[in-house]
Amino acid sequence: MSPGKNEIKSIDPATLEMIEKAAQEGVPNAFERAERISPCPIGADGNCCSICAMGPCRVPLPRAREETPEEKKRRRGVCGATAETIAARNFVRKIAAGTASHGDHGRVMAKLFLDIAEGKAPGYQIKDEQKLLSLALDLGVKIGDRSNEEIAVDLGKLLVNEFGKQEGELLFLKRAPLKRQEIWRKWGIAPRGIDIEVAEAMHRTHMGTDQEYHDLLNFGSKVGLADGWGGSMIGTEIQDIIFGTPAPLLSQINLGVLKEDEVNIIIHGHEPQLAEMLAVASQEPEMIAYAKSKGAKGINLAGMCCTANEMLMRHGVPIAGNFLQQELAIVTGAVEAMVVDVQCIMQGLADTANCYHTKVITTDARAKIQGAVHMQFDEHHAIESARAIVRAAVDNFVNRGSNVRIPNHKADMIAGFSHETINYLLGGMFRASYRPLNDNIINGRIRGVAGVVGCNNPRTIHDQGNLLMVKELIKNDVLVLQTGCMAMASGKAGLMVPEAAAEFAGPGLASVCEAVGIPPVLHVGACIDNSRLLIAATAMVKDGGLGDDISDLPVAGAAPEWMSEKAIAIGQYFVSSGVFTVFGTTWPTVGSKEATEFLFKDMEQMYGGMWAFEPDPVKAAHMMIDHIDKKRKALGIDKARERVLYDMAMRRELEAV
Amino acid sequence: MSKIIASAAIRGAHKIVARAENKWREAIDKWGANEPVGFPNTAYYLPIIYGILGMKVEKLGDMEAVLKRCQAILPPPVKELHPLPYLAPALDAGMATFFAEELIEAIRYLEQPNFYLRGEDITEGNIWLGAADDIILRKRGIEFVDGTAPGFAAILGAAPTPEMAAKIAQELQQKNLYVFMAADYNGKRFAEQLIEAGVQVGWPTRLVPFGPDVSATVFAMGFATRAAMSFGGIEPGDYRKILIYNKDRVFAFAMPLGYVTDEWYANGAGAINWGFPVIADTPIPEVLPTGICTYEHVVSNIPHDKIVAKAVEVRGLKVSMAEVPVPVAYGAAFEGERVRGEDIYLECGGGRTHMVEWVTSKRMDEIEDGKIELIGPEISDVQPGSRLPLAIAVEVAGREMQPDYEPILERQIHHLINYAQGAMHIGQRDIAWLRVSKGAFGKGFRLHHIGAILHAKLHQDFSRIFDKIQIKLYTKDEDVLKVTEAARAAYRVRDVRIEGMTDETTDIFYSCTLCQSFAPSHVCVISPERTGLCGSYNWMDCKAASEISPTGANQAVPKGEVLDAQYGRWKGVDDFVFKASRSKVDHYYFYSIVNDPMTTCGCCECIAAVLPMCNGVMTVNREHTGETPCGMKFTTLAGTIGGGLSTPGFVGHSKYYVCQRKFLMGEGGLLRLVWMPKTLKEEIGDRFRQRAAELGVPDLLDRIADETIGVTEEAILPFLTEKEHPALNLPPILG
Repeated sequence: MSPGKNEIKSIDPATLEMIEKAAQEGVPNAFERAERISPCPIGADGNCCSICAMGPCRVPLPRAREETPEEKKRRRGVCGATAETIAARNFVRKIAAGTASHGDHGRVMAKLFLDIAEGKAPGYQIKDEQKLLSLALDLGVKIGDRSNEEIAVDLGKLLVNEFGKQEGELLFLKRAPLKRQEIWRKWGIAPRGIDIEVAEAMHRTHMGTDQEYHDLLNFGSKVGLADGWGGSMIGTEIQDIIFGTPAPLLSQINLGVLKEDEVNIIIHGHEPQLAEMLAVASQEPEMIAYAKSKGAKGINLAGMCCTANEMLMRHGVPIAGNFLQQELAIVTGAVEAMVVDVQCIMQGLADTANCYHTKVITTDARAKIQGAVHMQFDEHHAIESARAIVRAAVDNFVNRGSNVRIPNHKADMIAGFSHETINYLLGGMFRASYRPLNDNIINGRIRGVAGVVGCNNPRTIHDQGNLLMVKELIKNDVLVLQTGCMAMASGKAGLMVPEAAAEFAGPGLASVCEAVGIPPVLHVGACIDNSRLLIAATAMVKDGGLGDDISDLPVAGAAPEWMSEKAIAIGQYFVSSGVFTVFGTTWPTVGSKEATEFLFKDMEQMYGGMWAFEPDPVKAAHMMIDHIDKKRKALGIDKARERVLYDMAMRRELEAV
Repeated sequence: MSKIIASAAIRGAHKIVARAENKWREAIDKWGANEPVGFPNTAYYLPIIYGILGMKVEKLGDMEAVLKRCQAILPPPVKELHPLPYLAPALDAGMATFFAEELIEAIRYLEQPNFYLRGEDITEGNIWLGAADDIILRKRGIEFVDGTAPGFAAILGAAPTPEMAAKIAQELQQKNLYVFMAADYNGKRFAEQLIEAGVQVGWPTRLVPFGPDVSATVFAMGFATRAAMSFGGIEPGDYRKILIYNKDRVFAFAMPLGYVTDEWYANGAGAINWGFPVIADTPIPEVLPTGICTYEHVVSNIPHDKIVAKAVEVRGLKVSMAEVPVPVAYGAAFEGERVRGEDIYLECGGGRTHMVEWVTSKRMDEIEDGKIELIGPEISDVQPGSRLPLAIAVEVAGREMQPDYEPILERQIHHLINYAQGAMHIGQRDIAWLRVSKGAFGKGFRLHHIGAILHAKLHQDFSRIFDKIQIKLYTKDEDVLKVTEAARAAYRVRDVRIEGMTDETTDIFYSCTLCQSFAPSHVCVISPERTGLCGSYNWMDCKAASEISPTGANQAVPKGEVLDAQYGRWKGVDDFVFKASRSKVDHYYFYSIVNDPMTTCGCCECIAAVLPMCNGVMTVNREHTGETPCGMKFTTLAGTIGGGLSTPGFVGHSKYYVCQRKFLMGEGGLLRLVWMPKTLKEEIGDRFRQRAAELGVPDLLDRIADETIGVTEEAILPFLTEKEHPALNLPPILG
């Protein structure tokens, strides 16, 4: 593999260095596999139906020409399903899978929370009392002079109940702007519970059930909302209560955070309950002494994917890399253990680890990998479980080979921008509010706000889609909020330090960043924390001056390098919450023009938000900017405004605060 | 907040908090934890700490908790490379700064009780006025409330020269702003520069030297904080509302003149919490994005000749400047300026010569608009220190003009003349008194300018009710006497007409919502027999104001159906109040103190309170600082019932209302009054006796207790019993 060829795989030098090392050492990895396997073109377009055994049926569009009406008529599966039905069914199943994943994550948190409240999970505690109480207040749980634990028990039961609820509406829907709630009710997409919507999605998409693509895709919105305003939001809120609400902190990112002379443990996956305990266990004096007894100077915990984001946001644990770097971390030869929980863990890890001394340790009964060591994590004996894992990693230090090479690449980044923190940062303890954000959007210093989220995908140049898009956005004075692996891409590129504002942002955005002391690109958390973006958007609506619904805001969303089904679920809940959302890489319904048209156009009429697909990240950024400008125009804030000078009569007209 | 500003503000805050801690430790060692501390005559303790944190600092020991809060709030220093977000921490640091500075100043009051003066005026040896007491707050607060003073400039440091200081101050005065001064720059202080330049400073001229150190900034911020609590009715500790109230309603800004130290930055960061921007004359970094303040937060490097205009623009303030063709500065801020002794060039009236003012209506064809005649010697015809008689006869005509408006126009003469720098006016009618200073004369001020002022200003403010106006000024004895006689006849006719008006025979009352700029739910309704509680507006004033601006703060309120004649409740009034209070108040009883009385803003002249044991009512005027039999001083009372609330058992009212026939009629009227301060007795004695005689108890005033009898119900009851006060025989006041 020539270096020139690698250039098109990633723009991250640490990644390139390790791809090179992997090639030299003959180690398999996703980059190399992606080269060998080309994506199935029919599946990629959503034209393959494998739902029943009469097929799989392939109904591709003719390539490079218009389809004739005759062809269109014949383009059906054995059961007669149209390309529209097939594309919609496939799409809805992706949403269901994504919602199920975030839902299952949220459920684990809700149950852990209840266990903590009932004293069944020693080692954990309620760290953010204020958030507990405010959530209790939000959901009508009696506070009175009851203890935190008593309140938490009621709150925990209420939230656990959301998953299996059969009727009514999800509790968190009430947090959305009133107009938004009305839209959901109008289209019948206010979710009843979380699991029920996933189950119904699987039923509707079963052979011979719902075969009306509008109806299917509209139902997909209901499933998506059960993620954003359901499973994900429950997950985020509870994690903040039990692990602490993130606040800004400085940390580092990229493979360079691994340490040559310490035991390196990588935590990888999505659910932070184990990682939280590993952070404690790995710093216990006995454990450090144990590491020293094995010849290491200490124990270095670093993260991958969203478990990393969780640990970064709350504790400043450094990040080794994003999704496509997971195998490459092992390629450094310096990782004693890669401890994984759930989601986005490549099975290839086990293969890669085979070439080195690294132990891949699975810890969750729902996510085992052939060839990995399984050490089940027990939340009821959390610290003990964590210690055993750390000990196993330390024991492995002595097995390190000679081919250790840690890329000398890491970047500083500021993270920890939760909704609560942003609220505080904009006005301090005594004047906390979103007012300055809204004000500066209204006065045009900030043109709008974009959420750029999602995964990596080896089908596009690693991190490049994100970087080109984000730089284009901030250059045009759009403030960017990021989660997941895209946040990491920006972190690695140095966009998440305040100094980046002067270097990369337009003058308006830069002046606001300078005033507040924030980077132009804010790290908001893990992919489950996209729910924070919903709350932030709602806070913008409620603070006033930018319309009365999320769809009125000059905001847009994007996932330029997406790959997982969770990304589709996230995108769908953004769209059905009123946000224009553009995806890159590939689009899974292009095989049906009608279904695609429904997602890209009709949904705007229905929900105020819609999908778009644009693989060119700069073009996609301009689609977002155009949408933001369209919203600014509708709000009448597209022109400079005269300064209003107040006299006494105008002051008398003011409403009381 | 730029990084440089935030870093400096946080450093400054650390220094100031450390200083407060040291001071406190020394004080506690010396005086002990139980030593009382506080600012003089205020019900708001240390007002920033009280308003923002809800904590009452009454003793040295109470300061410990505040210092702990400061420590908890103080953020770590801002790092040079990759700093964490610093705006919010800097704002917090600014808050801690103010808390600490209030402690420092309170300890100064304890250690050096005479460091600051009491009252409104400076003396020969001391110019520092320190914390405004609640009397000043309320008296001056009304100007903030009714718009006479839209806000204040908090000046730190000094101008390059005394002349520049005087120029900046005068420009601020002409925009009707108060100027609060603190701190030095290179050993020079703005207040001292003004004195050097011969400018009168003190509360009366709105140029207030608070203190020599930067910590005196808290007196300005404390004033603003108290405004929110006393006029806005916001509860102590409801910090968010207090701060936003100030951002929306108190148009203040900080103007640091000279090198901005860390401590100044810390104070500036604190002020931004209140929505008060910083306008500097030095090239410090700017903070232009908006959000905490209405517009920019820090604007810098502004030349001195532009700094006032810039400040007003940045704060978003609209000031309508009086365009008056006189050679001296003109504005409300000059109203309180005095002319005395050696400085007098000309004096008219005041018992030494005759002086009279009279507005009368004429036919349209009798008046040539803008004609000003001086009949007799001009000021330039006499030597410095001379006296002249003076008659100011104003003749108006217009299709809308009514005789009722004559006294209203006439009452304007007092302040309109006073607004001219170097002219001092006292009194009205035939007891008017005028002094013109040598300074004003030197700038070219002449008696005929009085005509110019009246022509310009009356047209500006009252053009809806008249079309033409001419002014005759007489300075010869025989002319003045002739005008005086005619004027006196007119006064008599007016008085009889006003005295004859009753609430029953009047269908239209008038509202006054001037105070809604500060007390958003408060609505005064003013009837002929109940003047406004601030003492500034009677029914006739409101009628005229309503004619002038029918959609303004004074509107006609048709009484409508009588719902309760004795307690004073009308359907039309209820409906109006409900709407005008933004649905906060749906009714009140006009003549009652016990049953849902009228709401009170913060600016009432007196507050009456039920004394159940005495079966009566007391009242106290705001100048009285002592205890009262209801257990609260005036200022505590005002703090309790102000802010647009209806509080059964308490009601705010004007001094004049005490002797009006409808005073507390629901509960039995004036006969219920059992206690009032001695000074108030003296002030309203004549009218009181007259009204008491009407009620058949001519010596009622002598049967009313005052502070010399006692300041508790127990103490005054024996006196009332002995004097057979009629209240004791009325039905129980709390039925």
